[in-house]
Amino acid sequence: MNVADLETVLPFLLLATGGVALLLVDLAVPQARKSLTGWLAFVVALAAGVSALALVSGKTMKGFAGMVQADAFAYFADVLLCVVAALVILLSLRYHTARGLMRGEFYPLLLLSLSGMSLAVHAADLLVVFLAIELLSIPLYVLSGFARPRLESEEAALKYFLTGAFASGFLVYGVALIYGASGTTALGDLRAALLDNPALTSDALLMAGLALVMVGLLFKIAAVPFHFWAPDVYEGAPTTVTAFMATATKAAAFLALMRVVAGFAALSPSLAQPFEVADALRPMLALIAAITMIVGNVTALAQQNVKRMLAYSSIAHAGYALAGVASGDATAVLFYLAAYAFATLAAFVVLIAVGSTEGNEDHRYEAYAGLGRRAPLLGVIMALAMFSLIGIPPTAGFVGKYFLFRAVVASDLTWLAVIGVLTSALSAAFYLRVLMVLFMREPETAPEAEPAALAADAPRMVAAYVSAAAVLLIGVFPSAVLALLTGGELVALVR
Amino acid sequence: MRTDFAFVGVMIVSAALLMGVTLLAASFLRPKKPNTAKLSTYECGMETVGDTWVQFRVNYYILALVFVLFDIEAILLFPIAVAFNALPLFAVLNVVLFILVLLAALLYAWRKGALDWE
Amino acid sequence: MTLLIVSPILFPLLGMLINALFGQRMRERVVGWVASFAVIAAFAASVVLFVQLSQSHGEPLRLTLAPWITAGALNVAWGFLVDPLSAVMMLIVTGVGALIHIYSIGYMHGDPRFARYFVYLNLFVAAMLVLVMADNFLVLFVGWELVGLCSYLLIGFWFQDVKNAAAGRKAFVVNRIGDVGFVLGMLLIFATFGTLDFETVFAQVKVRGESLAAVASLITLLLFIGATGKSAQIPLFVWLPDAMAGPTPVSALIHAATMVTAGVYMMSRAHVLFELAPTTQALIALVGAITALVAGSSALRQVDIKKVLAYSTVSQLGFMVAAAGLGAYVAALFHLLTHAFFKALLFLGAGSVIHAMHAAHGDVDPQDMRAMGGLAKRMPFTFLTFVIGGLALAGLPPLAGFFSKDEVLLAAFADNPLVFVLLGITAAFTALYVGRQIVLVFLGEPRSANAAHAHESPAIMTMPLAVLALLTLAGGAINLPGGGWLHHWLEPVLHEAAKPLNVGLALVFTLIALGALALAWVWYRDAQRARLEVESALGRFLLSAWHIDAVYHATVLRAFYTLSTICSQLIDIGLIDAAVNAVGRSARAAADQLRAAQSGFVRNYGLLMFLGVIVLVVYFVVVR
Repeated sequence: MNVADLETVLPFLLLATGGVALLLVDLAVPQARKSLTGWLAFVVALAAGVSALALVSGKTMKGFAGMVQADAFAYFADVLLCVVAALVILLSLRYHTARGLMRGEFYPLLLLSLSGMSLAVHAADLLVVFLAIELLSIPLYVLSGFARPRLESEEAALKYFLTGAFASGFLVYGVALIYGASGTTALGDLRAALLDNPALTSDALLMAGLALVMVGLLFKIAAVPFHFWAPDVYEGAPTTVTAFMATATKAAAFLALMRVVAGFAALSPSLAQPFEVADALRPMLALIAAITMIVGNVTALAQQNVKRMLAYSSIAHAGYALAGVASGDATAVLFYLAAYAFATLAAFVVLIAVGSTEGNEDHRYEAYAGLGRRAPLLGVIMALAMFSLIGIPPTAGFVGKYFLFRAVVASDLTWLAVIGVLTSALSAAFYLRVLMVLFMREPETAPEAEPAALAADAPRMVAAYVSAAAVLLIGVFPSAVLALLTGGELVALVR
Repeated sequence: MRTDFAFVGVMIVSAALLMGVTLLAASFLRPKKPNTAKLSTYECGMETVGDTWVQFRVNYYILALVFVLFDIEAILLFPIAVAFNALPLFAVLNVVLFILVLLAALLYAWRKGALDWE
Repeated sequence: MTLLIVSPILFPLLGMLINALFGQRMRERVVGWVASFAVIAAFAASVVLFVQLSQSHGEPLRLTLAPWITAGALNVAWGFLVDPLSAVMMLIVTGVGALIHIYSIGYMHGDPRFARYFVYLNLFVAAMLVLVMADNFLVLFVGWELVGLCSYLLIGFWFQDVKNAAAGRKAFVVNRIGDVGFVLGMLLIFATFGTLDFETVFAQVKVRGESLAAVASLITLLLFIGATGKSAQIPLFVWLPDAMAGPTPVSALIHAATMVTAGVYMMSRAHVLFELAPTTQALIALVGAITALVAGSSALRQVDIKKVLAYSTVSQLGFMVAAAGLGAYVAALFHLLTHAFFKALLFLGAGSVIHAMHAAHGDVDPQDMRAMGGLAKRMPFTFLTFVIGGLALAGLPPLAGFFSKDEVLLAAFADNPLVFVLLGITAAFTALYVGRQIVLVFLGEPRSANAAHAHESPAIMTMPLAVLALLTLAGGAINLPGGGWLHHWLEPVLHEAAKPLNVGLALVFTLIALGALALAWVWYRDAQRARLEVESALGRFLLSAWHIDAVYHATVLRAFYTLSTICSQLIDIGLIDAAVNAVGRSARAAADQLRAAQSGFVRNYGLLMFLGVIVLVVYFVVVR
């Protein structure tokens, strides 16, 4: 190990040290001024994001004896994660005061979880994948239960913890089996071993290990049938945490999943360079993607609660991104995740604005009746978010789906693209229902929240404008985002 | 590589054998004369009064966690102490960093009152 | 230079923007003058461009603002062109437009949507300028569609009355039918020439010549269908009389002076193409002549003061289209120019009358000529200017209309006897309905309380009348017979030889017009005749413009409604909706089933996850 290694995980280091330091700094911050901790965390997240942005077009490097990899994909994901986290922090300030959750630990925990995500996107070794997944999960378990003593929140934390531990068990067991079969946990070595030793490609131990590792990662992205935790946890957790989980966690876990899949690309002998997914894995990935799209979208249809609907929406979008994984086009997947993240965040801006008012936090559809007319700005942002999630031009969601389905069709999975398009059409039913309620329904009782209170918070407004602008700008100028992904040398997920 | 797993397998099998053989042998050798006093739950202790499901103070667990933490720290430091003379400076710095992180955790726990019993 | 070329478009856009953003908060006068000055500034810019153009002896000024569409072989830019032809059109649009803006300040006084009116009007001027300044077919089409939109918005400006809204819709739909032809024509041009640029297309036409004859016939036919929509020719003229539902200044500007001449302008612009297609040209001349006759005869029995002028406009547009069909583009444009003056004058005069009738208390329809009479004494200035306009329309020398109409007739006389006869009869009709209108509106005794108490309109309305009257008096001078100024000016674009004056012909038509006017005086001095004649079969026939609307209703619309009913009832509701609903219902049912799996118990989640693990492991290890 040497100093050059440190550069390969620079955002992670900034976030981790920042998180730990902030934990101590927070001890000195008086209870009345906990938002100071929030602002410091905001600065740390931004700094990490800027460092990643500065490195994004550099050369692909490996560090720490091949344990981590620094490439355009990783830094792009870092930027996305840090921006999302920064926006979530902006959204949290008022929300936590209003909900009585103003405890300083929130922000260090968020940063530590974020550092885990940053490590996950750089992981080039199965052990690092495991380490990173644990590092991002454990703070999330705590954050899910942050709305203590609200029962739903504690229930969410416990459910998340139990199922998460269950899945982590599979993950680490899978790593052990893979090590047993191949003698290595480094993805690059694994790839080389598979190429050198064809007998290994039909090894039962190795395949069982791969299956278990995939279970652990599919759990994190909430793919069917490992998605059951998601709706309960998303609904019970504080809305800011839900926003963070639905966007950042998903992006990080997806890149880790793609790296693992790419490590096993040599399972099938002949493939064009750079190859990212083995033909042998493709049918299963495609099947899971299809089921996830269908279950996510169809179940979302029956929801009576906007927050829960968004949970199923996140499952559905995991299905779309997984279709991209099956096609082997990492660029399309990452672009899609960015588009999805900003649209979802924009939707959560509205939820958090509603949650930041006095009274009980109520996200049933009825509670949103007429909101679009009382607070037009929120209405417009929600409309943008919903249009993007459906995939209507000129929003980011449209371009994202376009790239994604193009990649899927190009890899001879046309049937999967057809399912994707059909379920997207279906999704319009529940996304547009939100807008219908927002703009066309009169509230049954006199509204408790004043429009002024809904729009008054300046940091939240900044987050709202940024996410809405991102939804539009990515939709109109997709090439600017693509340039980040493809600006450096040709990237291989595993080398 | 695969043979390494064989060792693990042998280990598991012999562990199971050892326990099974011991218990089996004991059941053959011991005399069987049960009576009421012998079969009671606390054969050699006090009868419990009231509900056994008492809640422990939460501080107890926190203290226990902190204890385990430093226990593990000690275990991890042990090999480093053994090889200390052979280590490069960078490794030493790493260890110092590790201790500092744990120190931060202790500081945090202390400041939050986790170490106060009352 | 760059800015100067587009400034005629930018000024009205700026005015529109100001009024659209702040119009609600500004006082009425301010709004009106902002809009008017925007158009006056555009006029000034047009004059400057005109002077520059004449100094460079007709060398066109070009400007490519930005690329617009770059898709494969299709390259279209926001390109603008100022050549003698567009310069003349720009002067008409901005000049007449400015006068009508000023007039509108008085006419629209007190309207609750005053600012919106001027926003539309400014947008119209900008759009019309885009149309005439375009240097390719697509940008021309942008202007073409935008003026159509403004026309629709302004016809239905008083949309509270369902009739007005319906009139706007009718105009829009009918124009759309024409647009289909225009778009197809553009596509064919692109397919044939690989570009939509005027210069390149026309240069290619000159090089490839006769080999293009067949395709040129089709292209020009399609373009002409577009022109029949916008320039209100048979079979698509039916929208224009209904368009009188809009405010009268709008009728003057859009539905008489400028927008409706877009078809004539377009044909002149593309004359190189049209000259390749003699069949189409013959058809165009005939359609124009028949339109002139049908509309001219219909104007004879109208009772609404604006409807007379509307049918007259259709009829005069027929003259222009016929001239274009005969290849006499200079004559067509000359008539377009003079018509813009005297028809705007007539409409504004009619507006003045309506304004007065409306202001005076009474309960009659303020546009019904049968309720007027005797207004000459009460509104002397309006009367004077109206008579000037009317006599110009009738074609009496030395008014502007005489010279331009004479040129059209001259062209027809030389080339096409049938067209000449049709147009000749129409000329007689024209003088007759002009005389009838003047007699009914201004002479005799008042026939209603409104007419009896009418007063002259304010100066802001009469001043534009005066200017237009002067232009009508002197307008003929710009193209005196035998190769006048306009001929020379348009020479670089149209390359057309001037025809000498035919004194005999001019004399004959002057006498016919005088005779018709005299006949009108004799017939309508007693207004009883006007009241009775619409009762007769012929009267009803002409009043309803040869029953063409009814025929459309009975044939095209009936068939269309039947088809719509089949589509909506049988196919849409019966088939598609039912299928969609079934899908929706089954999705909902599936959702309820799936929701049941989400039991809320972690043990169930764990179990289901574990089943998933088994499936995955079995697949990876065994099936793969």
